Amino acid sequence: MSSRDLVLGRLRAALGPDPAAPADVPRDYRPAGGPADVDLLARRLTDYRATVHRCADGEVARVVDEVLGGRRVVVPPGLPRRWLPGTVEAVTDDRLGSARLAAVDGVVTAAAVAVAETGTIVLDGAPDQGRRIITLLPDVHVCVLRADQVVAGLPDAVARLDPRRPLTWISGPSATSDIELDRVEGVHGPRHLHVVILPPGPPS
Amino acid sequence: MSRTFLGMPATAPRGVGHLRGDEPFPAAARRALADPQLRRNLGHATTTIRARSGAVIRELPDWEQLRAAGSAIKADVLARLPELLEQLEAAVTAAGGTVHWAADAVEANRIVTDLVAATGSDRVMKVKSMATQEIGLNEALAAAGITAVETDLAELIVQLGEDRPSHILVPAIHRNRAEIREIFLRAMPGVDPALTDEPAALAAAARRYLRQTFLTTPVAVSGANFAVAETGTIAVVESEGNGRMCLTLPETLITVMGVEKVVPTWRDLEVFLQLLPRASTGERMNPYTSMWTGVTPGDGPRAFHLVLLDNGRSAVLADRVGRQALHCIRCSACLNVCPVYERTGGHAYGSVYPGPIGAVLSPQLTGVEDNASLPYASSLCGACYDACPVKINIPELLVHLRAAHVAARRRPTAESVAMAAAAYAMDHPAWYAAVQRAARLTRLAGRRGRGLPPPLSGWTIGRDLPEPPAQSFRDWWARR
Repeated sequence: MSSRDLVLGRLRAALGPDPAAPADVPRDYRPAGGPADVDLLARRLTDYRATVHRCADGEVARVVDEVLGGRRVVVPPGLPRRWLPGTVEAVTDDRLGSARLAAVDGVVTAAAVAVAETGTIVLDGAPDQGRRIITLLPDVHVCVLRADQVVAGLPDAVARLDPRRPLTWISGPSATSDIELDRVEGVHGPRHLHVVILPPGPPS
Repeated sequence: MSRTFLGMPATAPRGVGHLRGDEPFPAAARRALADPQLRRNLGHATTTIRARSGAVIRELPDWEQLRAAGSAIKADVLARLPELLEQLEAAVTAAGGTVHWAADAVEANRIVTDLVAATGSDRVMKVKSMATQEIGLNEALAAAGITAVETDLAELIVQLGEDRPSHILVPAIHRNRAEIREIFLRAMPGVDPALTDEPAALAAAARRYLRQTFLTTPVAVSGANFAVAETGTIAVVESEGNGRMCLTLPETLITVMGVEKVVPTWRDLEVFLQLLPRASTGERMNPYTSMWTGVTPGDGPRAFHLVLLDNGRSAVLADRVGRQALHCIRCSACLNVCPVYERTGGHAYGSVYPGPIGAVLSPQLTGVEDNASLPYASSLCGACYDACPVKINIPELLVHLRAAHVAARRRPTAESVAMAAAAYAMDHPAWYAAVQRAARLTRLAGRRGRGLPPPLSGWTIGRDLPEPPAQSFRDWWARR
């Protein structure tokens, strides 16, 4: 008998010949479709020590210059080049090795979805967000978000996302509560998270 | 491994893993209670987390509805567990992953050890995982010459301090910042001798120490918070980024999960991702949640192995009342509100699962005879039930397990003899009157609080014996 058959057989025996009928799941909690409040997103991001910038698409390069001017950044292949100022040394990720990625100062990406209620941005590996590793090793992450990518709560985000893609949900910079259960920002992931929120609509 | 009755639910085997303590709870608790530093550390930490968790839970107008949904989803999972696991296996396999089944800790340890050995690496990096602590994976790897590096800060503190974890979420909760600094100075290679005990400085020291491990270790082991049957998606919830490192950087990823962690649908995550962080770390959302489905070409590990672990869970499932302990999402809210845990800490429970949930889960995984004192490690105050985000009725389970424990003991005890005698007397009025008169005579024997003679003395070790009244109600009634 294989271990698979053994485990499944044990579980079937545990449930007995007459297992309880599957329970109906009451879903009376707030459903998807609530108003997406960009101001709330900004407050919640700030609350967990992310830095929020609100500007027009044409001003993104200026913000990136403020945060990363004079430093080396990695960018995913699909990132709009107009977001990068001439003051940064940009390397496009072309399956760069981890040592190379660990040596750059920052990363600039877009995002897939943002959740206002929890102050969360979600990356799904699309060409303007790139491989998971590029937003992990550099110490500064600048994430550019359109306001129409902002949703109200978790149910909206789950409905919008495709589980077949690798997903990274990010709520503020890397943090820990492991010392006296007190929250400290800055452990292994990027220690600085900047979120740039653009007005709604596709860029012109 | 027990193969006596193929296909019958089985408890976790002895001699492997960390589900059984070396001594009963009262003995271990007495030692913990004598450590004032431990009690200060625990009191500070649990007070902090209770306030934070309460604040973010109050922000949600639908917390109770989310709890009800979470509880119902878990009940549905248990009722359909075999078919959901087969569905999960098919989805993970279709997405390029490999699924392994482990009947118990011995088999899971062997599977993981073989997979690591096949990569040729003598080192593996780990994301904090209760399942791998439960099965004693690090010891099994060490026996095969493989070094396991814990990358979660609290696990690292425990590992460097050659200590044992004492909390589900924060295994080093029993250590304060000054103690952590001492551990780092003593055991962390290359640490700056000028290290202060500021939490930010301690976290930065861990960042420097582990960076090279992350960049050079080709294989990682993780647990799973959720596994979606319909899509094959695995979710790991964390804070520091060590999880992202282990899930993204190595060539081979091995995930060990208890079979009860499966959820039916992708949509179900909208419930648990709201419940878990608020109940656990008291955050609206934890800093990082990683989700992956099999392997993604060009992004992350090239090989993904999922190990589905029974190790006593089938025995828990077989108990229709007890099985709700398998709803647990390992948030540790019940520990943080428990007056017993707050005073004794986690080590007293013996098992890697401490606190109220440990008191009902460990005895069921091992069989109640191997953790017989744990169902009694509670005042039945009910705070754990109120705090549980998936509404596990822990007090009900504690009473259920106490009954199971008493029923399993065939030999009559002093207590059972006394209770049977009392029941007989109360059924027979003449006897009852005679016993009351006899009890009054004990006033001559000694003062209040003096205690009972053996074999009843155990009952009065921690209790004052009430003084029998000079006159019983019946006597008073008869004479008026």
